[in-house]
Amino acid sequence: MSANLQSHAAAESDAGVIKSRKKTNALSRWTKLLLKSKTGTVGFIIVLLVCLVAAFANFLAPHDPAAINPAKMLKPPSWLEGGEKAYLLGTDNLGRDILSRIIYGSRVSLLVGVASVILAGIIGIIVGLASGYYGGWLDSILMRIVDSFLSIPNILFALVFLAVFGPSVPTLIIVLGVTNWVAYARIVRGETLSIKEREFVRAARSIGVRNVKIISRHVLPNVISSFIVISTLSIATTIILEASLSFLGLGVQPPTVSWGGILSDGRDYLATSWWLATFPGVAITITVLGIIFLGDWLRDVLDPRSQSRS
Amino acid sequence: MIKFLLKRVLEFIPVLLIISFIVFSLVFVAGNPVALMLPEDASQEDIERLTVALGLDQPFIVQYGKYMLDLVQGDFGKSFRYNTDALPLVLERLPATLELAAASMIIAIIIAIPLGVWSATRKNSSLDLLATGGAVIGKAMPNFWLGIMLILLFSVTLGWFPVSGRGTIAHLILPAITLGTGVAAEMTRLIRSSMVEILSQDYVRTAKSKGLRNFFVVYKHAFRNSLIPVVTITALQTSTLVGGALITETVFSWPGLGQLLIQAVNTRDMAIVQASVFTIAILVIFMNLLADVVYRILDPRIKYS
Repeated sequence: MSANLQSHAAAESDAGVIKSRKKTNALSRWTKLLLKSKTGTVGFIIVLLVCLVAAFANFLAPHDPAAINPAKMLKPPSWLEGGEKAYLLGTDNLGRDILSRIIYGSRVSLLVGVASVILAGIIGIIVGLASGYYGGWLDSILMRIVDSFLSIPNILFALVFLAVFGPSVPTLIIVLGVTNWVAYARIVRGETLSIKEREFVRAARSIGVRNVKIISRHVLPNVISSFIVISTLSIATTIILEASLSFLGLGVQPPTVSWGGILSDGRDYLATSWWLATFPGVAITITVLGIIFLGDWLRDVLDPRSQSRS
Repeated sequence: MIKFLLKRVLEFIPVLLIISFIVFSLVFVAGNPVALMLPEDASQEDIERLTVALGLDQPFIVQYGKYMLDLVQGDFGKSFRYNTDALPLVLERLPATLELAAASMIIAIIIAIPLGVWSATRKNSSLDLLATGGAVIGKAMPNFWLGIMLILLFSVTLGWFPVSGRGTIAHLILPAITLGTGVAAEMTRLIRSSMVEILSQDYVRTAKSKGLRNFFVVYKHAFRNSLIPVVTITALQTSTLVGGALITETVFSWPGLGQLLIQAVNTRDMAIVQASVFTIAILVIFMNLLADVVYRILDPRIKYS
């Protein structure tokens, strides 16, 4: 009895070792794959850095991003004449440190980008799976809805939602999630259509597995890789969309700092203080570039059908 | 052809119905707009009287029915800010937006075709890397920021172009570049990948091996065929282009639909918001239809089914 238990425990610990070895193997395999692609590596590093900056904003920011200082109004970047070392990227019209504001601004951008993409993904996957798997009238109705959303620019839908519910961060996440789901629905539907005709799904159906179980066990895992690819690229477009809405004054509201908001403040001082509007845009562009690089690499790795563009 | 067109036009009806339903539901959820229409010192009775007069006390279905009845007659209600019908206000702004969109499209085509073709014919050269790199950066830049940077460089610093407004060609150039860059970036990528694929086809090799000049091979044999996917995707970009126009107009104070719409969103002038949504939706649908037709002309193998 006790010997039996012991061997059982040993087997379990063996399984644990194998599992962890598998994990490290997978990790090193992915690292190798990543290092093979220059742009992928650059993208990964940028995304990692932006995430770290957002996570440790309170340690990294040299100043309080909201601290108004009338004595330091519109100071140029430190390397220019009149600039001060303490304010690397200069200050805004209220004497607030631009660098600190950009560092804090990364939080809202990432939060809104990631959260709304997750929401969009959940809606899109459910609609896409249902539409592709069940077909028939459900498919026709859902696809007409998708067509309707596609014939209106995302930003327009977002504007209508914001006109109704008023701007705030939670509204923005919901709005961007609800306006972006169609891309997922279309692609997941297409994948589902082809997967449901494959042998393993037919086999499962013929032995009487319930539809819900077939979808969750056999179809869903096979659409996940396309989902990851679209989500990554979608975070990039969502960050731009959020910045645009905040720039228009309809997105993130002060006192919450956002890149679009800083840019919008800087517009009025273009003639005298170019740094206000310039640096937040650089931050957006670099972040989005990193995400696009990472997303393109993921697509090349996860989707064997797509050919590498280079 | 006519049968195909008719079928496609009929397919628009459910799409427009769904859009109207979504927009109406949102406005219904937004609640009673009467308080916004009346002066601030209006009494509770005044508000109730106007609510009843406008039929806003009716149940959802009744209000939706009435709304649809007005809608098919082109009546989106009155803008309470301008105190006139919403649709004429929107249509009045449309030409400015179309002008901007068309100019941006032309700029995008002028940049993207040579760049895409060149980089495909000289794959992996430094020019190719520059073009593909530029395309990615063009995609990553938010267009409102690009607009501001262009103003900073060309208007504020160099003084070559006016900062804002509409009128002369000089007014049009900066907004059109701003809006056209993103489209050009996407188009360059597409033309390049489409050309790369076609340049490896047998008939291109045949044309080359029989000694045709490179120019003819590239433009007459390869480029024409590479246009098919490009046209489709370009038309699908109409939606992005119009969306981008809404923001670009704000940056340059361009007196188009975008400016009107964003003001309306800020003041919650829902009649104008609704009229704009429908105008833009119809525009995008029409452009997609046009793309379908052109697509079939370019590629006779596609049947009108």
